[in-house]
Amino acid sequence: MKDGDSIDDKSKETNQHPTPMLDELENGPWPSFVTGLKRLRDAKGETYAPMMNDLLGQLEHSYENRMGFWKGGTVSVYGYGGGVIPRFSEVAEKFPESKEFHTLRIMPPPGFHYTTDLLRSMCDIWERHGSGLIAFHGQSGDIMFQGCTSENTQPAFDALNELGFDLGGAGPALRTAMSCVGQARCEQSCFDEARAHRGIINRFLDEMHRPSLPYKFKFKFSGCGNDCVNAIHRADFAVIGTWRDDIKIDQKKVKEHVAEKGRKYTIDTVVSMCPTRAISLNDDDTLEIDNPSCVRCMHCINVMTKALSPGDDKGVSVMIGGKRSLKVGDLMGTMIVPFMKLDTDEDYEKLEEFAETCIEFFADNALEHERVGETIDRIGLPAFLDAVGVEPDPNMVNHPRTSSYVRTDDFDEEAAKWFERKAREAGLTVAGE
Amino acid sequence: MSSTTNKPRTADEIGVPDHFPYMHPVMKENHGNWDWHERPRPGVLRHISKSGDEIFTIRAGTQRQMDVFTIRKLCDIGDTYAEGHVRFTTRSNIEYLVADEAKVAPLIEALGEAGFPVGGTGASVTMISHTQGWLHCDIPGTDASGVVKSLMNYLHKEFVQEKMPNRLRITTSCCQINCGGQGDIAINVQYTKPPKINHDLVANVCERPAVVARCPVAAIRPAMVDGKPTLEIDEKKCVCCGACYPPCPPMQINGADSTKIAIWVGGKHSNARTKPTFHKLAVANLPNNPPHWPEVTAVVRKIVEAYKADAKHWERMGEWIDRIGWNRFFDMTDLAFTKHHLDTWDGSRKTMNASSHIHF
Repeated sequence: MKDGDSIDDKSKETNQHPTPMLDELENGPWPSFVTGLKRLRDAKGETYAPMMNDLLGQLEHSYENRMGFWKGGTVSVYGYGGGVIPRFSEVAEKFPESKEFHTLRIMPPPGFHYTTDLLRSMCDIWERHGSGLIAFHGQSGDIMFQGCTSENTQPAFDALNELGFDLGGAGPALRTAMSCVGQARCEQSCFDEARAHRGIINRFLDEMHRPSLPYKFKFKFSGCGNDCVNAIHRADFAVIGTWRDDIKIDQKKVKEHVAEKGRKYTIDTVVSMCPTRAISLNDDDTLEIDNPSCVRCMHCINVMTKALSPGDDKGVSVMIGGKRSLKVGDLMGTMIVPFMKLDTDEDYEKLEEFAETCIEFFADNALEHERVGETIDRIGLPAFLDAVGVEPDPNMVNHPRTSSYVRTDDFDEEAAKWFERKAREAGLTVAGE
Repeated sequence: MSSTTNKPRTADEIGVPDHFPYMHPVMKENHGNWDWHERPRPGVLRHISKSGDEIFTIRAGTQRQMDVFTIRKLCDIGDTYAEGHVRFTTRSNIEYLVADEAKVAPLIEALGEAGFPVGGTGASVTMISHTQGWLHCDIPGTDASGVVKSLMNYLHKEFVQEKMPNRLRITTSCCQINCGGQGDIAINVQYTKPPKINHDLVANVCERPAVVARCPVAAIRPAMVDGKPTLEIDEKKCVCCGACYPPCPPMQINGADSTKIAIWVGGKHSNARTKPTFHKLAVANLPNNPPHWPEVTAVVRKIVEAYKADAKHWERMGEWIDRIGWNRFFDMTDLAFTKHHLDTWDGSRKTMNASSHIHF
């Protein structure tokens, strides 16, 4: 408060809703979203200021009643069926200026790179057409331009579109993807995340902008097993960087690490924490790695960032079927493609084609409101593999089946396929070819 | 207005935009050619390229839902003290990229003066990933932004230093769909009562067969009430998950007193060491108590302190609990273990201890 005004005087003068509960959230060392909302409310001469006053009023009303007061509806822009999250107030008679408070989901550049110029342009557009409130970013990976009237939705989108940006996904559709910072800054990256991300999403934009899938379908791209964008659990189709040759070791730097951190500490934090007991520390403080037993978990590389790095023969794994609780419970993605090279144009094309096969399978076979992980549960992994043209692989399982309730009368034919595949991989000629 | 100006503009379906125009030039030049990195201090990363180039990253916390004035303030800092290039992490921290090491200290000072904490790297507690809540969601049980603000005020000290055993990832979700995701600690709404049905509205608002199909325990069935087609719930079967509420808002799952908060522990997305894991129930039935959610903060504080005091370096929350055992976890955190901690969902027997391994 300025100049010793009492709250009541100021509220009366400006018709501000009192917000005693929200005011409490202006205290403390962490940046306050409430202070930000108030800055918008108090922006003199801005068209959104009354909207933000009522928005604060409704939010305070929620804090008092411990209930939400928004409902959905249908709002979109010309030519699109999704990407706008409509919000209409259920308490609009009390807070009329924020009766419409829609969100535009806008797809950011992969890796979330911005210039300050770009951010300023986005702010200018959102001051002109929206509420001035932007979230970087929503859990979907979109920039959330929050707070737009129905009337302003089209001009807001037009301006953002002219700036070079497009709506993301919402509803039963291909959704906005996410990728980690990856090759732009990270030495652990095993593929060009942004290239795969843009290649796949931009190829299937129609599935994003005009929702017609059984339910949502999400892609996420992480450059290594650290999975910084939480792809395995949060994507229907997770692309995770990996490598198949040996971890690279700089033994001189290993010795420096041991000298600096201590031998016991190195054993406790590197050797003992290897999930497959694939590392040992030699008597001369160099490391020995049993590479065929290494599962590319990234732990030792995370600890010894100078001494260890991923191998040179890099590529990706694809895991399918991750999702959160609705409705059968949480699912992690299942390893479907253990390794795929991703270097050449043809490699990227192959990944996109596989993505297309999976989306088509999903479109044709999933029940309404069923995620692909649930479809796989319903039909069994063998049927899914058959449908998307992938052969069974031991990397797909924690262990082979434990139940004997299975019909195995074609076991020999299936085994023959395995041996043929192995022979082909070894470069041998297969009988009959 | 003429009819031509009324014709809607046809969108340019750009899709995912190219990121290179916005990327720091040193990152562009060294794309895919990085060699190693270190953290000179909390909140700062130094990446060294095989070419010898370096880039410094200065990470600062934000409130995620930002007003344009906050964003412009961050831009001013980026123009004055950094090099005009920023990015955001998946947990809504802003990162300034600078090639010139001399800029690091003044930038940190400028961010501090403007109230943006520098940290969130390595073994710290970084920003809580969260959802929209009462501010914008149509089905929220709480206000994630408020819960997060209250918690981050307390956790601020762990954001600006790297004194945890390993990184600690916290998430907050305003309903059981759990948009916030898995976390070392997850603070999620837990409904405790079946939905209250407004029978006057169901027929007009809800596609009834779709709602029936949405229920994971087949507890919803068509019914007639006062001559109107509606839905009814077998309250004995109902698990109060709220799955029927999004497709049918007249089935109000939230209640001022019945919407509670549960805290879950041991979720992990990374593949480092152990495979990714789901979080597990620690405590339920905490009150949904704005504006400070003190009961939630108190439990989180206990869990954070126990983990910090007892876990070994590099152990994540779930890995720590695996080592010490769940009975010691419940002892150390003064939380109760109840029948509700025993999973009853599909595959639940696989979560039980089928061995003679026990912890004392």
